[in-house]
Amino acid sequence: MASRRVVVTGVGVVSAIGLGQNAFWDALSAGRPGIGPVTVADMSPLRFRNGGEAWGFDPAAHFPGKEIDFLDRFAQFALVAAREAVRDAAIEFTPELRERSAVVTGSCLGGKMTEEEGYVNLYLLKKPRVNPLTIARSMSNAGASHISIETGISGPTFTLSTACSSSNHAIGQAFWLVRNGAVEMAIAGGSEAPFAMGHLRAWEAMRVVAPDTCRPFSKDRRGMILGEGAGIMVMEPLERALARGAKIYGEIAGFGMSSDAHHLTQPTIEGPARAMRMALDDGGIAPGQTGYINAHGTATPANDPTEIGAIRSVFGPHAERLALSSTKSMHGHALGAAGAIEAVATLLTLRNGVLPPTANYSEPDPRCDLDVIPNTPRPAVVECALSNSFAFGGLNAVLAFRRWDG
Amino acid sequence: MSDELIQRVIAVIAATQKIPAEKITLDSTFEELGIDSLDGINILFALENEFNISIPDEGAQGLRGIRQMVDALEPLISGGPADGAAPAQA
Repeated sequence: MASRRVVVTGVGVVSAIGLGQNAFWDALSAGRPGIGPVTVADMSPLRFRNGGEAWGFDPAAHFPGKEIDFLDRFAQFALVAAREAVRDAAIEFTPELRERSAVVTGSCLGGKMTEEEGYVNLYLLKKPRVNPLTIARSMSNAGASHISIETGISGPTFTLSTACSSSNHAIGQAFWLVRNGAVEMAIAGGSEAPFAMGHLRAWEAMRVVAPDTCRPFSKDRRGMILGEGAGIMVMEPLERALARGAKIYGEIAGFGMSSDAHHLTQPTIEGPARAMRMALDDGGIAPGQTGYINAHGTATPANDPTEIGAIRSVFGPHAERLALSSTKSMHGHALGAAGAIEAVATLLTLRNGVLPPTANYSEPDPRCDLDVIPNTPRPAVVECALSNSFAFGGLNAVLAFRRWDG
Repeated sequence: MSDELIQRVIAVIAATQKIPAEKITLDSTFEELGIDSLDGINILFALENEFNISIPDEGAQGLRGIRQMVDALEPLISGGPADGAAPAQA
C-alpha cells in the first residue's frame, strides 16, 4: 500500500477567540483569552456562568435561506469552518476528485441543543409533537453530511464520537486514509455546541467546571471551562499540494491512539504515554525533535499532573527542554471539537513561529513542573509538535505535526 | 452532630455503593469503603436529593471520610436550602 506524506493546505476555525483563522491566531499569539459569561444559554441557575462562546457568531449571516432550519448550531459551526478551509485551500474540485475525497468529523454531543429544545416542548410545555427535523438536525454525523452535500464530496464520509478525543480520532483516520492512498484528499476536523441546559446541568453535577476561568497547570486551577466551535482542515498528499502550488501549513506526520482500560474519569499516565509514543513512531519522529506540545490541559485536578507525568515518561530528560501549553485556557474545552481547534492552533504555531501560552496562569504547581509557557507568548521555531486529546472513558488520541519549510 | 443525620448519611452511602450499612461507621474513610471520585459525586447527588439541598463544589472537595462528610452537611441542612438552590426543573 502506498505511504505518502500528507500536508494541510487549508484551515478554518470557529471559536471563542476568533471566527476565522486570522482572528483565532491573533488571539492565540497574543495570549488573549475569550472566556466570559455565556449568552446562548440562561446560566443563572447554574454554579458556573462562564464559557468559551463563539462570540459574535451570526447564523443568519452564513445561512440566509431556509437551510438554517436544517442546521443545529454544531452543524452550522462545522459548515462555516469547512467553507473557510476549502476556500483557503483553493481546491478546484473535479468529479473524479470529489469521488476520491473524504469527510471525517468528530463530535461528542451531536445536535444536543436541538434535542433539548424537543424535550422542552415535550416534557415541559406538554406539546404533543416535536420539530420534524429533530432527527436530521441532531444526528452526530450532520456536520459531515452537510459538508459532503455542500462540497459535493462523495467518497468516505463519517463521524467519530469519542468524547473529548473525537476530532483527534477523526483527523487521525482521515490522515491515514490519505497517507495510504485510499483517498486523494480529506476534509477533517470536528465541531461542538454544548451550551444546552440539560447538558450544562450534567457538567455541574460532575463538579469539574471552574466557577471563574480555566487555569491549566496552575496550582490554583479549579477545573475546566466549556467551549464551543469548530476546527476543520483540508489535507492532501504533499506531491499533489506541490504540483498545484498550494499554500502548506504543515505536515501531519503521525497519529497514535490508545485506551487506558482503567476508569471512566480517572486518567492514567501509561495510556496517554502510549498514544504519544505511537504518534511519534508513526511519524518517524525522535522525541528530541519535538519542541512543542499543545496539551490536553483541561485544568481539572486529575488531568494536568497526569499529563505532565505522561510527557515525562515519553520524553525522559528531553521533557525539560520542550515547551507545552494548553490553549483551552483561551478558547475553553470544546469537547468533541477540542482536538480539531487545537490541531489548527498547532499548525499555525509551527508555521508562524510563535508558541501560544497557557493563559490565566498564576501559581506554579510542583506536580506540573514542566515549561508550560505561562501567560506570555514565545517566539520559537520548532521542528515537530504534538497535539494531545484524552477523553473520559480513557480514550487517548495524539497527532504529530512537522513544520513545513518549503 | 445528630444520630439521625449520621444514620441517614450512612443509609444513602450504603444504597448508592450497594454495600451493607453495618459496614459503614462514622470513622470509615472513603478509601476503606472503595469510594473513588466518581462514586463521590454520585453520593453527593444522592445526598442533595435526600436532604433537598445544594452542596457547593468547594464544600465537596477534599472530603475523605464519613465524619467529614456529616460535618460538611450539617450547616447546609440546618440552614435550609444553600447555595441558591434552584427549584426542581422539569
